Amino acid sequence: MSAFSAGAVEVPDLKRRSSVLSVLKERGFSALLLASVGIAILTLVTLLFQVVVDGAPRLNADLVNNFPSSRPARAGIQSAIWGTVWVMGIVAATCIPLGVGAAIYLEEYADNSRWYNRLIEVNIQNLAAVPSIVYGILGLAFLARGFLDLGFTVLTGALTLSLLVLPVVIIASREAIRAVPRSLREAALALGATPWQTVSRQVLPAAVPGIATGAILALSRAIGEAAPLLLLGALSFITFNPDGLDSQFTVLPIQIFGYISRPQAEFKVVAAAAIVVLLAILLVMNSIAIMVRNRYGRRW
Amino acid sequence: MAAIEGAVAPRPVVNLGATKNRYGEKLVLALLFGCAALSVGTTVAIVVSLLRPTVEFFDEVGIVEFLTGRVWSPLFASPSFGVLPLVSATLLITAIALAVALPVGLAAAIYLSEYARPRVRRVLKPTLEVLAGIPTVVYGFFALTFVTPLLQDIWLVGDPPAIFNAMSAGLVMGIMIVPTVASVSEDAMSAVPQALRNGAAALGSTRLQISTRVVVPAALSGIVAAFVLGFSRAIGETMIVLIAAGITPTLSINPAKAMQTMTAFIGQAGLGDQSTGSTGYKTIFAVGSLLFAATFLVNMVSIRLVRRYREVYE
Repeated sequence: MSAFSAGAVEVPDLKRRSSVLSVLKERGFSALLLASVGIAILTLVTLLFQVVVDGAPRLNADLVNNFPSSRPARAGIQSAIWGTVWVMGIVAATCIPLGVGAAIYLEEYADNSRWYNRLIEVNIQNLAAVPSIVYGILGLAFLARGFLDLGFTVLTGALTLSLLVLPVVIIASREAIRAVPRSLREAALALGATPWQTVSRQVLPAAVPGIATGAILALSRAIGEAAPLLLLGALSFITFNPDGLDSQFTVLPIQIFGYISRPQAEFKVVAAAAIVVLLAILLVMNSIAIMVRNRYGRRW
Repeated sequence: MAAIEGAVAPRPVVNLGATKNRYGEKLVLALLFGCAALSVGTTVAIVVSLLRPTVEFFDEVGIVEFLTGRVWSPLFASPSFGVLPLVSATLLITAIALAVALPVGLAAAIYLSEYARPRVRRVLKPTLEVLAGIPTVVYGFFALTFVTPLLQDIWLVGDPPAIFNAMSAGLVMGIMIVPTVASVSEDAMSAVPQALRNGAAALGSTRLQISTRVVVPAALSGIVAAFVLGFSRAIGETMIVLIAAGITPTLSINPAKAMQTMTAFIGQAGLGDQSTGSTGYKTIFAVGSLLFAATFLVNMVSIRLVRRYREVYE
């Protein structure tokens, strides 16, 4: 960094050598770079503004209190909100322990010279980039029908999403665990702690802020995911809240998709309003993640 | 071990080994290994659940017909199973998305890594990451209700875009991928040793020259990995194309037309409840296999590339 702000350029003789053309090139390039960042951010601002403007007429209590309806003026998202709450609860309960467990194994126990440990590692990297709709196929063939035969239920949807975000949890937890200094582990072991005592009483507590941040980010990915649930019967016209693991369900992004697909323009307004609700939930989740990181996270 | 336990108190030699069999420790290790192995199980389950119906599908439909046929109408009374329209639509929309995401993402990465002051960087980087956190169904809505009407107003050549069109889906998908490309490229650029930049600066290079002739070439394999990752995200994206590009299989390179990608077909076919075992049901898996194989290949290339640049400088 400091190299660039160097005062050396102030020597007049050196500066004169740069021709007008090269100065223009220099300026033009940096303007181009800034414009690129600008395009991305402008799109973000436009998108947010547009959604709020579109959804404003339906941003009221009816939206969250009503069930889906064929009349746009009465259509709401109550069942979608409760479906999302159910699904997210199960996703959190399954993917966090599994993901943290895998991360502990890979960081604290795995011997990287073993082929199976390397296989697990490459496999997780690959899973992180498998298209989400393929997880839908997995859920359909393996969980809903076929092997486990759970049907199109809350549990099927939640387990599918849980598998989808598992790599995210694992990768984030590994980073958090890796950031805990070695000296902590060595001290614990020197005092006679067993490996598991070291991990569970020293390493994990120290890594909790990082793990929590990663887990929240993983959940916020799951909450907006719709594609795999298209295959799992998360129908968009559910007029009751889920009452158990084997209940039929819908979730917010699927409900939004359902409203977008309706031909009447009024339903687009409902969709926009539901998007505002979804984005608000995401905003809250991300704020919590940032707060946890700033408040409890420490640098070693 | 057991013999020592039987012996009485003051031992002549201190035994530094484990004094008991800690079965709890072994159990914990087994459980943790199980968690990690679950990911391999997931991959196996994906492959198995794709493969079986796909093999059955190819018993009913010739593989050549599938791969080279030009008409896709699997759910009609007289079905036709040529997957080319889906593949061409996927590639066209991916190309549009990458035409946006690669230059913009790379430029954003160069800006963040080489130009931005730390304070600006601290604001811009998280803002870009917000783009990555927005659900794709929201991007789809944006493409359909904002970008498409905009394109219809400013379209210059030929017929203006239909309500559903490849262009708007591709453009919006491109913006969605920008943060992915930017953050992976920027990681690669940050890994370029400072000494290289200092050396170039000492030889009188301008910042433009340092960026384009030193940093970018040095980080090239990482940047390529970012591009490959962007490609893989683009072919796998579902909601944007389903909402904004439509569900009409079209073999065309005209981006103003409505078309159906592989992912959109899977999503749409999944919505209608196909009875298990029907040919319509199996097409979901055949197209899914094609998609999975493509992304798997691309991901492996990307993982290799990322590993290579890491080895160079760390």
